[in-house]
Amino acid sequence: MIGIEHYLVVSAILFVLGVLGIFLNRKNVIIILMAIELILLAVNIQLVAFSAFLNDLVGQIFAMFVLTVAAAEAAIGLAILVIYYRGRGTIAVDDVNQMKG
Amino acid sequence: MIQTFAFYLFALLVIASGVFTITARNPVHSVLWLIMAFFNAAGLMVLVGAEFIAMLLVIVYVGAVAVLFLFVVMMLDIDFAEMRAGFIRNFPLGIAIAMVLLAELVLGIGAYQAGALELGVPDGSAAPLADASNITSIGALLYSKYIFLFETAGIILLVAMIGAIVLTHRESPEGARGHQDIGKQNRRRPEEATEMKNPEIGKGIEL
Repeated sequence: MIGIEHYLVVSAILFVLGVLGIFLNRKNVIIILMAIELILLAVNIQLVAFSAFLNDLVGQIFAMFVLTVAAAEAAIGLAILVIYYRGRGTIAVDDVNQMKG
Repeated sequence: MIQTFAFYLFALLVIASGVFTITARNPVHSVLWLIMAFFNAAGLMVLVGAEFIAMLLVIVYVGAVAVLFLFVVMMLDIDFAEMRAGFIRNFPLGIAIAMVLLAELVLGIGAYQAGALELGVPDGSAAPLADASNITSIGALLYSKYIFLFETAGIILLVAMIGAIVLTHRESPEGARGHQDIGKQNRRRPEEATEMKNPEIGKGIEL
C-alpha cells in the first residue's frame, strides 16, 4: 500500500540529488540551474503529496506559486548566463567574482 | 495493485532521471533527462489526483523551461569537457553533504511516521469541492481566496520577462542598420508618412 511516506522518501532523494548536483558540477552554471530545478521539483512533489494527504488544496496552490518562481528564476538566470558568456566567452563559475563592480 | 506498480515505476524513473541529470557528460543529455524527471514527477502527481499541477508541470517545465535550457546550452559554444574538471575532486565533499541532508530528511520522515506533531488540522475551507474535478476546485479557491497571490505571481512573471529582455537586449549603434530610435518612431505623423492621390480614371499613379 502506497502512503504519504513513500512520496516523502522519493521527494527527499530527489532533493538530495539536486544538492549533490550543485556540488558535483561546481563549474557548470547550466547544470547548477538544472539541479536547482530538481530541488524545486522535489519540494513540489512534497507539497502535492501533503495536499492530497490532508485533503486540502492549499498545497497545490502553493506548488503553483513555486512553479511560477522557478520559471522566473530560470529565465533570469539564463539571461544573466547569456550576457556573462557574451562578455567573457566562458561560463566558468570560478571567475564570476569578477562581476562585482 | 496497478497503483503500486505505477508508483514504483514513476518513483524509480524520476530518481534515475535525477541521477543522470547531474552526472551526464553532455549538458544536452542533462536537459533531456531533466525533461524525463519532470514527466515522471507529473505522473506521481496524477496518481494522487492533482491533475492540474501535473499538467502545469508538463506544459510549463517541459514546454518552456526545459526548452529554454536546451536553447541556451546549444547557443553557447562551450568546452564542456573542461567544465567537468572538478567533478572527481568535488565528489567526496558533495557526497558528504548529500549524506548529511539525506540523514536529516530520513530522520524527519521517521519522526513523522512515529507520530506527527499536530500543528493544527485543515479547517476544511480549502477542501476539494464535492463531485467537482481537481481543476474546478483549484479554480474556485485560486480566484477567490488567493486572488492577490495569483496576481502577485503574474507580476513576478512580468518582472522576470522585463528583466530578461533588459539584460539580453543589445542596442545596435546609431546609424547602423536595425537601429531603433523610439522617439523618432513616436514623432512620425500620418501627414508625413502618407500621401493622398486622386488618380484619373483609367490612369495609374506615379510613385
